[in-house]
Amino acid sequence: MKKFKILIIAFVILFNLVTNLLADNSDQINKISKNLRCLICQGQSVYDSQSDFAISIKTLINKKINDGENENEIYEFLKSKYGGWIIYDPEINKNTFLLWLIPLILFVFGGLLIIRKVSIK
Amino acid sequence: MIKKIKLTIIIFFGLFLFIVFFKGLNKSNNYSPINILTKVDTKLTARSLYSNQEISLEKLIGENHFSLINVWASWCLPCRKEHSYLINLQKINNINIIGINYKDSEMNAKKFLEDLGNPYVEILIDADGTKSIELGAYGVPESYLINNKNKKIIKKFIGPLDDFKFKEIVKIASNEKI
Amino acid sequence: MSNQVGNYSLYIALLVSILLIFKSYKFKSNSSKNLDSKIFSLLSIQSLMILISFASLIYAFIISDFSNETVYNNSHTAKPLFYKISGTWGNHEGSLILWLLVLSIFLFIFFIKSNNQSNNYRVLTVLFQEIIIFGFLLFILFTSNPFKNLFPIPIEGTGLNPILQDPALAIHPPVLYLGYVGTSIIFSSSLAAIVCGIVNNNWAKHIKKWIIISWIFLTIGILLGSVWAYYELGWGGFWFWDPVENVSLMPWFCLTALLHTIIVLEKRNLFQSWTVILCITTFALSMSGTFLVRSGILNSVHTFANDPSRGIFILCFLFFLIFLSIIIFFIYQKNISKNLNKSFLISKETAILINNWFMMFFLSVVLIGTVYPIFLEVINGLKISIGPPFYQKLIVPFLIPFFLFMALAPKLKWIRDNVYRINIQQFIQLIISIIISYFLIIKFGISYVFAIPLFGLGFFLFFLTIKDFFSKDSSLSQKLSHFGFSLFIISILLNGVLAKEYSSNMKVGDEREYMNKTIKFENIKVVQESNYKSIVGEFKILDDRSNLSMKPEIRIYDQPRTLTSEADIISTIYSDNFLVFNILKDDGYYNVRYQHKPLMIWIWLSVILISFGGILSYFKRND
Repeated sequence: MKKFKILIIAFVILFNLVTNLLADNSDQINKISKNLRCLICQGQSVYDSQSDFAISIKTLINKKINDGENENEIYEFLKSKYGGWIIYDPEINKNTFLLWLIPLILFVFGGLLIIRKVSIK
Repeated sequence: MIKKIKLTIIIFFGLFLFIVFFKGLNKSNNYSPINILTKVDTKLTARSLYSNQEISLEKLIGENHFSLINVWASWCLPCRKEHSYLINLQKINNINIIGINYKDSEMNAKKFLEDLGNPYVEILIDADGTKSIELGAYGVPESYLINNKNKKIIKKFIGPLDDFKFKEIVKIASNEKI
Repeated sequence: MSNQVGNYSLYIALLVSILLIFKSYKFKSNSSKNLDSKIFSLLSIQSLMILISFASLIYAFIISDFSNETVYNNSHTAKPLFYKISGTWGNHEGSLILWLLVLSIFLFIFFIKSNNQSNNYRVLTVLFQEIIIFGFLLFILFTSNPFKNLFPIPIEGTGLNPILQDPALAIHPPVLYLGYVGTSIIFSSSLAAIVCGIVNNNWAKHIKKWIIISWIFLTIGILLGSVWAYYELGWGGFWFWDPVENVSLMPWFCLTALLHTIIVLEKRNLFQSWTVILCITTFALSMSGTFLVRSGILNSVHTFANDPSRGIFILCFLFFLIFLSIIIFFIYQKNISKNLNKSFLISKETAILINNWFMMFFLSVVLIGTVYPIFLEVINGLKISIGPPFYQKLIVPFLIPFFLFMALAPKLKWIRDNVYRINIQQFIQLIISIIISYFLIIKFGISYVFAIPLFGLGFFLFFLTIKDFFSKDSSLSQKLSHFGFSLFIISILLNGVLAKEYSSNMKVGDEREYMNKTIKFENIKVVQESNYKSIVGEFKILDDRSNLSMKPEIRIYDQPRTLTSEADIISTIYSDNFLVFNILKDDGYYNVRYQHKPLMIWIWLSVILISFGGILSYFKRND
């Protein structure tokens, strides 16, 4: 049984490795550019837009990936140039922790209210 | 009693929301990039339009007191309009104007400068638009005024230069000695 | 001419509204019976006046009367008749008239249909509803009057926005408004009910129909919007977590919670205060939606021309209504008969509370994600974007327990049930579902952390909702809606992880290999249509089993000069093939994007099933 488990895990890891190696830049470009706002468009992502700005950004991402930069480095770079507005996925920092926390607090609060309403007997 | 406290809290919270939304209404919902003023990445290099050599921005920024990086293209109509301002700015001694030629054909770019004059000390070619992104540009035309001593961007001008922006640049450049 | 007619009838409606507010405020329950007919006639006059003004606006659109500023801005003689008519509500001013029309007609219907209720309650509902109508009338007349005259009269209009010329978009706003406005009736009547102290099972039975009908319209309205985005925007997505989309989703969560809670109130006479709070919140959310969209405070794909005075008006009106309802709620809360009985842990009541709990959580995620950037900017001057990743990260993990509750809860009995009814058979089904999802995840190499429980419970819910059709526990409408929902979940999950896309720059004659498919760009044709020029690309998508020929288009409109990409979509019951292409600046090259989207059609069908459940429940005879 244990052997079987290890086999499966090994298989999964191998599979991931292979698929990661085989995937070319385009998947990663798509992934990154979907997370970027096209700053000169109305509510469109860089991925969806065909504007000059968006095309340039995509080309740049491709270059950066070829230079060996990872996703976060690319986000950091763009953020330093264009500010947090360009990234759809807000990171957690002192300005955004409330954004992530409030829904979770409300969830816990709601849970407590329900417990008060319900008799456990 | 508890009911009253609850009510007051809710009302105050409501008022807070109201004030925030009210203030939010008066803010522009378009992004103003003017606030992001960073240092220029002087390591940026690009090929020159005329000399055909790789030139770094470091070399161009630093020879004079100010630099004005101008992103332009021959196919962009507003660029044609703002060009006379650049020609006039060229006459101010302590500003170097550096051109970034955005997604253009070299032939058209040269033709454009022949027709309208060349205010640039150097023109760097940005064929795929990536150099402009590295400078933090949105499109054409755009100009950044740079303090050469600390390599900081003093001001970004999005869109074509006009009388107002021109005067602003001249003012900054002439106050420099103080 | 039609301008004057429209304008004056709106003023008459305003007068009637003032009269009605006055009359219903003065009303005493012991007044004479003929008050009923008086209010009835006033309401009919008002509805008629608003109908006349709406009709005159439509008429101005049909005959392209450019002396009307709204028509000038939003229409054009070259538009097909159908889009001329739909153009009436495709803009800010016209859509408000439609809102108003629905408001008054709904109130009229409510008044007729509620004649078995107490007069006091009916008149109070009229009072609250008339306050809303009055506010809207003021808003229309003084900040966004659709009957402004233009002189000299222009020869041609300017509005021919081609993206808006789409059948789904023509009917999407009215349907959505029916949903939004339906919530106003729920709001007014819940306030009236709390003042009269009749928040009980009788009232629940009566207002349930309105909840169901608003919920159906809201669901279908959101569906139509997504369908439009999918077919017309040409990006291949159907939900972008765009602020305007979020704004329609928020009242939906609230209304769905209410739809469940009202059953508890009806059957068990529990959760009175909570039901009223939900009624108020639903309407407040619909109104905030209007505020967020119309004031231009948010950056979104959908933009209405904005003008700060409008934003300020709606904001003040919105907060007036919210404060009014909070104060009424606190003053009359004592009228609510306190039912201090707790519900038992394992019972239908608790299950519905848990449903509400999750709905409120999803609502809070969407609400906070939508308004947080406004707050941050006002308080800190920072601008951030909150996009799809945020919503996915917070919502998706919570779907796992939600699916589990949803799978098990509907079979629970009222008052008190037994744990042992969750039997071994269900446990085995759960294990099987998890095993299936495990293999699926390995097969497709999905790397998402929660993928196994998420898919596992998704399948579990799916199997159980199918099995439920053979049990006699609950109503058919509920089974249908829940089955629709599980189908929706399964389709979205599989679609999300199995969708493949390929994008490349191609010119005529090029061929690209992608995932054992060949994409051939065979030819290009230019066709001149009446109001646009069309570039039609001829593509072939080949694989070892099929040979699809696809013809996406690029349309070039003249007035205003716009390029649109019309995707070609081939739908089958298994998957959609989605092909779209765009002009690039480099001569002869086009950006071609091919997407393979499994189970796409089931997403639409499942939402239709969900709303069909609602329709069944609406027509079900009350037992």
